[in-house]
Amino acid sequence: MAQRKSAGPPGEPRRVAYLYLLPAFLVYAAFLLYPLVRSIQISLYDWNGNTLATWAGLDNYAEVVTDPALRSSFGHALVLVFFYAVLPLVIGLGLASILNRARVRGLAFFRTVIFLPQVVAMVVIGVAWRRMYAPDGSVNDLLRAVGLDSLARGWLGDYAAALPAVGFIGTWFEIGLVTVLLLAGMGQISGELYEAARLDGAGPVREFFAVTLPSVRGEMAVALTLTVIAALRTFDLVYITTRGGPGLSTSVPSFEVYNRAFQQGRVGSAAAVAVVLTLIIFLISVGITRVADRDSR
Amino acid sequence: MRSRPTTLLATAGLIGAVALAACTPGSNADNKPAASATGQVTTDASKLGTVTLTVWDQEVRGGQADQIQELNKEFQAKYPNITLKRVTRSFDDLKTTLKLALSGNQPPDVFQANNGRPDMGSFVQAGQLVPLDRYAEAYKWTDRYPEAVRKYSSYSTDGKTFGTGTLYGLPQVGEVVGIYVNTAKLKAAGVNEPKTWADFEASLATLKAKGELPLVLGNLDKWPAIHVFGTVQAQNVQPDAIRTLGFGQKGGSWKTPENAKAAQTLVDWVNKGYLSKDVNGQGYDPAWQAFSKGTGVYLIAGTWLQADLGKAMGDKVTFMLPPSASGTPAATGGTGIPWAVSSKSKHPDAAAAYINFITSPNAMAVLAKNDNLPIADTAEQEATGPLGKAVFEAFGTAVQKNALVPYLDYATPTMADTLGASLQDLLAKKATPEQFLDTVEKDYSGFVSSNG
Repeated sequence: MAQRKSAGPPGEPRRVAYLYLLPAFLVYAAFLLYPLVRSIQISLYDWNGNTLATWAGLDNYAEVVTDPALRSSFGHALVLVFFYAVLPLVIGLGLASILNRARVRGLAFFRTVIFLPQVVAMVVIGVAWRRMYAPDGSVNDLLRAVGLDSLARGWLGDYAAALPAVGFIGTWFEIGLVTVLLLAGMGQISGELYEAARLDGAGPVREFFAVTLPSVRGEMAVALTLTVIAALRTFDLVYITTRGGPGLSTSVPSFEVYNRAFQQGRVGSAAAVAVVLTLIIFLISVGITRVADRDSR
Repeated sequence: MRSRPTTLLATAGLIGAVALAACTPGSNADNKPAASATGQVTTDASKLGTVTLTVWDQEVRGGQADQIQELNKEFQAKYPNITLKRVTRSFDDLKTTLKLALSGNQPPDVFQANNGRPDMGSFVQAGQLVPLDRYAEAYKWTDRYPEAVRKYSSYSTDGKTFGTGTLYGLPQVGEVVGIYVNTAKLKAAGVNEPKTWADFEASLATLKAKGELPLVLGNLDKWPAIHVFGTVQAQNVQPDAIRTLGFGQKGGSWKTPENAKAAQTLVDWVNKGYLSKDVNGQGYDPAWQAFSKGTGVYLIAGTWLQADLGKAMGDKVTFMLPPSASGTPAATGGTGIPWAVSSKSKHPDAAAAYINFITSPNAMAVLAKNDNLPIADTAEQEATGPLGKAVFEAFGTAVQKNALVPYLDYATPTMADTLGASLQDLLAKKATPEQFLDTVEKDYSGFVSSNG
């Protein structure tokens, strides 16, 4: 019997295996594939969410490309990527290698403190920072206390400062996640590697670039993927702090999706923005994993 | 080839999902009214038999919650044959869930539908609301609710024209944007309460010269400046022209010298330092809270702040309609969220009886008692404090003299965003008054021409 079936892998035939996968797939299809396809479909219509929709073809997508306000909202999302992903990665690498090298006492304590922002709900963070950025808030108090009166301003109402100010909240939020991820990665690097590097006469800086950095490439990819996605889909922070203002200087795609779907009754257009955003997030994440994968081989 | 079965499965799933999604969005909404819109109205609710009414409202805060609880209790006591099933939601939650509920098969019988086009307008368009004209006649609402107020919940039957036509909802409370005055500070500066718009502008200069902050405004939230601009505009532009623009009706234009003058006035106020510094960086709530603690002399804001400011400032604050330039007052204002009836309700008569009950003369007294601004019979109501009295008087005058002009963001579904963002630009001098009017005109005329 076993010999006759030797062509296939051991165990039950493949068809049965798919049967096991079916329940999970159904859930996946019902809660992910169906909404996704439905969104794509709605994005091809002009719909107020209520009455019968009219076919719009690619008009909604044309609007995403041609409307300067929408285009700039995607630009703002890219600026946020710098604040959410690039800056935390650079700072996180520094922090993690210091914590890793210094073998400080109470490492667990510092790790917890750095990670703490991740535990707090984004809405709470938004409300707190909005107060700190207020014209009479603590950020300005601090600046005035050290004599930098000229820098004090209504941060969220200043056309040049608002987007970086919102982005900085993201930096503060993501540093913890990135640092803890990298710290875990660095903890797994074998001590022999460092020893070998030192025997070859490498200093701490050389050690960092020759040993530490290549070894945590996987963790960096994970950190980048998570933070880039968080940056691109930022909604709550903008909703709480600036509502896209002043003018349109902090509007981001996710906020536009909400605004169009629930405030303006333009569900088709909202779906189109959402689909484009999903595509961009998908492409960027694939890009990051590809680069990380190729280099680690 | 390892991934082939996965691809196959994903394709199968996608095809299945497409098949499920194949119908046009909105095509499953069955909006045939359950009850006929004609025939005799039964106004005696006790003769309607045993009925259960599902009510969705957003009266969840402070005095709002108190008044509706009290009125519901009275209603139940008077009509034991009607059972109320009340569902409460916050304003935002109600707004987002109502649309789905109304297109479903079991919508609430009575609910609060926001006045604007994205809400009430689209419900009317979809045939989801019962026209209330018959009830207005039977219950004599038209006698107690002047046309100036009914406008705010009236649409043409196709839902395209706002501010005229058939009545689709009835509000309980009124709103008007006026000027809160810190009377103690005004007196200390030796300034009398301004009676004309010229007086008001002169007092701004005097107050500034004496080192006071004349006008408090926190515009981080984008919409507060709409009320300040609306107030200035109402003193420069004919009320009917503002109504055409505000309700998004055909035939108006933003590009007029009067509107330009209104926009220029705001810029002048910024240049002369009459408004709070960092006006776009300050939140709305912190701004009025600062006013209540003694920052600034004037605050242009709506009657909804009455309870809070009255409590904090006692007799050191009063409220007035914007002193008018022409002698006839004009002020931005409107109604609380109107109550409407679903066209799928099996008991429209009972639903209308409920709305009549919570808007009756007795209900207006209950509203006043709980620190709300009753929309009808306002002058006859007893306010809870000196500020309340001033607010009731101001609103009564506004309705009586037909002074109300609509919120400008009613005009088009996108106007709240357009106006909010471009007013921030104007205040920060990122846009000139001309550029500001161009932006707003583009939104208005684009909508009007596509609305047909």
